[in-house]
Amino acid sequence: MSSAVFSTSAAQGRPFVFDSEIRDEVCPQPSGAELFGEARPPRRVVSTISNAALKDARLAEVTPASRLAARMAPEMVPSGIAEMDALTGGLPRGCLTEICGSASSGRSTLLLAALAAATRRGEFCAFVDASDALDPQSVAAAGIELDRLLWVRCGGNSQQVEPRLEQLMRVADLLLEGGGFGMIALDLGDIPPQNARRIPLATWFRFRRAVEYTPTVLLTIERQSIAGSCSSLLIKLGSLKLGSSELSMSNSQYPAPTHAQLLTKVQVTAELVRSRMDRKPVRSAEITFASRTAWAAG
Amino acid sequence: MPFACIFVPDFPVAAVLRAEAELRTQALAIFEGRPPLEKLFAVNESARRIGITPGMTKAQAELCSELTLRSRSRLQESLAHAALLDCAQSFSPCVEDAAADTVILDLAGMESLFGSLSGIARNLFRRAVELGLDGSVAVASNPDAAVLAARGFSGVTVIPAGKETESLGSLPVEVLFTGGPEGEKKEDAQQKESARLLATLERWGIRNLRALAALPEVALSERLGQEGLCLQQLARGSASRTLVPVEAPAIFEEAVELEYPIVLLEPLAFLLNRLLEQLCARLAARALNTQELRLTLELQNLAGVDPHLDIFGIPSESDASHDVSQKAAPHFISGRQGKFCRTLSLPLPMLDPKLFLKLLQLDLNAHPPGAPIQKIHLAAEPARPRSAQGGLFLPPSPEPEKLELTLARIAGLVGESRVGSLELLDTHRAEGFRMRRFVPGAIQERSAQENHLHKKDKPAGERSAVAALRMFRPPLKAAVTLENGQLVCLACAKKREVQGNILWKAGPWRSSGDWWEREAWSRDEWDIALQNAEGVTLFRLVHDLLGGGWFVEGTYD
Repeated sequence: MSSAVFSTSAAQGRPFVFDSEIRDEVCPQPSGAELFGEARPPRRVVSTISNAALKDARLAEVTPASRLAARMAPEMVPSGIAEMDALTGGLPRGCLTEICGSASSGRSTLLLAALAAATRRGEFCAFVDASDALDPQSVAAAGIELDRLLWVRCGGNSQQVEPRLEQLMRVADLLLEGGGFGMIALDLGDIPPQNARRIPLATWFRFRRAVEYTPTVLLTIERQSIAGSCSSLLIKLGSLKLGSSELSMSNSQYPAPTHAQLLTKVQVTAELVRSRMDRKPVRSAEITFASRTAWAAG
Repeated sequence: MPFACIFVPDFPVAAVLRAEAELRTQALAIFEGRPPLEKLFAVNESARRIGITPGMTKAQAELCSELTLRSRSRLQESLAHAALLDCAQSFSPCVEDAAADTVILDLAGMESLFGSLSGIARNLFRRAVELGLDGSVAVASNPDAAVLAARGFSGVTVIPAGKETESLGSLPVEVLFTGGPEGEKKEDAQQKESARLLATLERWGIRNLRALAALPEVALSERLGQEGLCLQQLARGSASRTLVPVEAPAIFEEAVELEYPIVLLEPLAFLLNRLLEQLCARLAARALNTQELRLTLELQNLAGVDPHLDIFGIPSESDASHDVSQKAAPHFISGRQGKFCRTLSLPLPMLDPKLFLKLLQLDLNAHPPGAPIQKIHLAAEPARPRSAQGGLFLPPSPEPEKLELTLARIAGLVGESRVGSLELLDTHRAEGFRMRRFVPGAIQERSAQENHLHKKDKPAGERSAVAALRMFRPPLKAAVTLENGQLVCLACAKKREVQGNILWKAGPWRSSGDWWEREAWSRDEWDIALQNAEGVTLFRLVHDLLGGGWFVEGTYD
């Protein structure tokens, strides 16, 4: 074997063949079927080679890393909240993003802000609501263009969780297959974690593959992370705490009657748990921002 | 000026074959009349070869096992005639409706649009075949010559100008006296006159048009009068007249009457597919699309139906739907057949028979007829095709056809009233909104018009996030403990995490309305914070002042 043959075949990605070992087939023993059939012309075959050479032959089929096509980094779009964009760089197109947290952690606030930013860009968005929990007044207050938002309300009159989840998955499949949406949001915020975890990982993997190489942002909100490694971005929101300045009240120094108090803003704490957007090591980063209530936002 | 003629031989047979294409290779005969005196009045070529002729009784024809019999369908004949007119109108605006089986087109000026006369003739022939009509097409320099050539020669015939006499010479003289499909009743006097003239020509030994054209004019006029001269002009191909154009109504309907009622959706889909293809072909011939499809099914009287027969499954109950595009459920008139009507409204003009079939199937799955079907009628409302200019840098948007199918499938999963876009109502009442149809196409057109207004919007950095409320639908009934009129603790039987001591509260904020209506409302709203296992959660608590109950309406999230 000459080294020249080895390097040429490897560079061209072909299994390499030793010219000196190609020979005409020795007349084989005819089988019963062949005795009565037409005579076949002799074949030129590669002779048997050793195990080490076989291994080398397989390695030659592997494309060198230097020739692998570079995967383009996904396009990042604004989330609608400047602090979040500073933390994550935005929301990636063609990827699955998870936002998890407990109730009152700010998940829906973040979700509606992202939808508002998407509709402002002129994109159409779909909101698949597993618990039928969307508040139209909050949608309007967040600045979402109502005509550009498709709302799918799962569950109907049934309060059972399983049928809602099944509907959500099937609707998500249909929307991803149809395509054309700038953002598809799946709201599992009120689904108990033990039920949400029963969604197979294969389903999330299928969603991820469906949205890959499309301009769609796939966003889910839930109580705990359930998509595993299928999500490219995982943001965890901290629970609301009382006793600090996180609940802002009009007169916090002196206790005031209830009718004089007003919920004006809620502090949201967000932590970037996982990001596959860049090659730097993932570091946990936290940010805090305030969300104002609709009557305080003006 | 060139004229074209499309002639469909054995028109009643062709009309039936248009609805049942699988009979094309069989011997087919059409009968008419009251039983037991039905007689054959139209047969196709295959039936003629085995000795079946018009005029035989049905009983005689039934002796032939190879023959397929169908009763005359005037409905199919009118639909076939409408298709013939559509075919002609797709090539010329000036069309004369000469007979049920014959149309004449004025091709003046059409060569610059459609090419040579022979090309136009071939395209006419092909278009007629696409619409389910096997006919003959002829082009000549005057209408009558074109009609004679179409009736006399099969396939495509083009007679060069000045060669009419030579080209028509070989045709038999009988072609001068055939007009309209068999069975169309002519006046008796006209029939007798035609028979007399034909008999006279036969006695003279005139067998073809060449011989008739060669007769001396004076002698002919002395013996047969003005009619004879007219016949000679027709035989020479020198008769000239103007067309009497007809304005074909823009009615696009297809129907089929069934020999046996069908009870399954699959054969119904098969028939709908055929009707949709014919309908779309006719619309395409007139360069039109459709934005509304109306399906009417004539149902068999349920009194005659086996009660154990599973017919399309149990009809679904109609939920409170805000979608005005869907008509009501079927109604039945006792003692007579009922009609089942569905209307499919499309967001934009479209012309895709496969998409229409899928949408109709999804609709019928959700709203089954509930009785066997005896007749299917499908009508399309014509609309101009939409013109949309795509842009290279526009944001992504769903394709209208794909989106319509996706929305129909989603509606089948969650219900028609639970998918769409939001519309806020002008009220402060809780849940003051309604769902409406999601139509991206209309939004894009409106956006394109509004772009010039240069709306300035705040950049994301200057815009603060608005705290969202997550609703509980229906609101959770709560048991509230009060001390000295103050909220102390809360418990919800249906949700364990919504219970505990109230750590913080703001309110009440009173709102009321519609006091002049029967459904007046009045409530106090509280914003409260509860401590639970996950931490602190903010809720909106509502006290219904009229009903007296406490409800947890939602969570601030």
